Amino acid sequence: MAALGTGRSARAGQYVALLCYVVFLAFPFLWLISTAFKPARELASLHPTWIPENATLDNFRQAFDEQPLLQAAGNSLVAALAAALIAVVIATPMAYVMARNRNRLTAASTGWVVVSQAFPFVLVIIPLFLILKNLHLINTLFGLVMVYVVWSLPFALWMLVGYVRAVPLELEEAAAVDGAGRLRTLISVTAPLLAPGIVATALFAFITAWNEFFFALVLLKTPEKQTLPVVLTHFLGAEGVADLGPLAAAAFLATLPSLVVFAVIQKRITGGMLAGAVKS
Amino acid sequence: MTLATATARTGKRTDHGAWFLVLPALIPILVLSVGPLLYGIALAFTDSQAGRTEPTEWIGTLNFRDLLHDTLFWESFRIGLLWAVGVTVPQFLLALGLALLLNQQLRMRWLARALAIIPWAMPEVVVGIMWRLVYNPDAGILNETVRDLGLGDGRDWLTGLATALPAVIAVGVWAGMPQTTVALLAGLQNTPHELHEAAALDGAGAWRRFRTVTWPAIRPIALAVTALNLIWNFNSFALVYVLTGGGPGGRTRLPMLFAYEEAFRYGQFGYAAAMGCVMVAVISVMLAVFLAGRLKGGDQ
Repeated sequence: MAALGTGRSARAGQYVALLCYVVFLAFPFLWLISTAFKPARELASLHPTWIPENATLDNFRQAFDEQPLLQAAGNSLVAALAAALIAVVIATPMAYVMARNRNRLTAASTGWVVVSQAFPFVLVIIPLFLILKNLHLINTLFGLVMVYVVWSLPFALWMLVGYVRAVPLELEEAAAVDGAGRLRTLISVTAPLLAPGIVATALFAFITAWNEFFFALVLLKTPEKQTLPVVLTHFLGAEGVADLGPLAAAAFLATLPSLVVFAVIQKRITGGMLAGAVKS
Repeated sequence: MTLATATARTGKRTDHGAWFLVLPALIPILVLSVGPLLYGIALAFTDSQAGRTEPTEWIGTLNFRDLLHDTLFWESFRIGLLWAVGVTVPQFLLALGLALLLNQQLRMRWLARALAIIPWAMPEVVVGIMWRLVYNPDAGILNETVRDLGLGDGRDWLTGLATALPAVIAVGVWAGMPQTTVALLAGLQNTPHELHEAAALDGAGAWRRFRTVTWPAIRPIALAVTALNLIWNFNSFALVYVLTGGGPGGRTRLPMLFAYEEAFRYGQFGYAAAMGCVMVAVISVMLAVFLAGRLKGGDQ
């Protein structure tokens, strides 16, 4: 069983190591929370403490006063929802073909999925910027959603192909023998079995778009159009002098939706990733 | 396989069916991904600029010749490689350690697993902001810890010429650990326990069991993850943009930050596209090295 050692001292060492990891993983996040709830006076103190003495919600109030956070969250929500929905709607059929069919097209698609992970985005964003500018889609959520859809497709395909392969072929063949056509088989047999995988993929695409920064930074110019991550950087100020409390409060709020969604789908994502990785 | 048999059964109809299923995704991919990529490569050979009134012209390899003499660009390239390797290697070692621990029957492992989600789910911008709070010279916990331990007054980590790059690398390691850990853990869980037990019965020590049983089992995943991490890290942007903006004095200016500034602050689209092309070339070399290593591994 044990790969690291078996003795009692080895086990104690393992616990110490695990404790170190837990501290390493947790401390920045705990510090963010602590900072978010500290009153200005404690933030200015030269000897900061872990636990705020007079915890306050002032920073949250101030954060909403300083920047259009609600509007930004709304923009992020619209962009991420639209991108996730469109991505799975168009990726699922393609993933099905890629999983069940081996020909030059599917080989090329698989190759593209791998290679696209390696693009430096700057090489794609300059032409996209010029194209969207000509179409008058700069500074619109619509333009951003188009970019997000394509940008989330490789990973969506990767996950979905894994889920399709996990559906036993025999089920589809049985339906075919019973006289169901391809489309009928797909809708009544395969789709219901794929549903949990499709939901997981959509949620993952949602988080990726919700968290995305680079494309949003380049494509969205005015504050009322910008998404949450871009608006968060406005708290940093021009010279990097930041109002720490509101900054921490806003950053903490921006993380909550992804944390919740991620906690729900975490097992499925890793499962989907691995299904894609192991079986291809 | 089924489609092949189905095609044989139903004739041409299925082929059209397959195209019908593929096109909704294929068209956006071609128009918004492959197309812009080719367009981007073409731009690298033009003098395209933001707000130019006269038409854009082909200038051949002039951008690339200018790049050759652009010491700032090569400095950012060197920093990019330092950053990519500096993040990927410690991240891999730490993630391997955590994966081995999480594979044991330890009591706290659910907590470590739950915590490992946090860096993964967080927006990179928030990770950057969070660590700026940790590194803050006066109100940050890092300097307070340094002071408590009597190691001096602490320092301004992100703006110090010597500390800036190591400081952002530490954040990169933290932010990318979960994915690597999960991938390695999956590899470990596919390793049959019987092999470990047999090796233990034969009297093999922990290190020996790791080398002869564990490592061979996870080697393919480890290589794939390392290659991807190198590439992703080389291309990263948001984290360092938020942490330092590329400063101080360009000490953390990764190639992506350099190209971003060139394109969207100074409007030099053609020149920035040329930078992108050079980055693609380097990444291709990395991929080739990785594939060669993998093929060699397959022979053993």
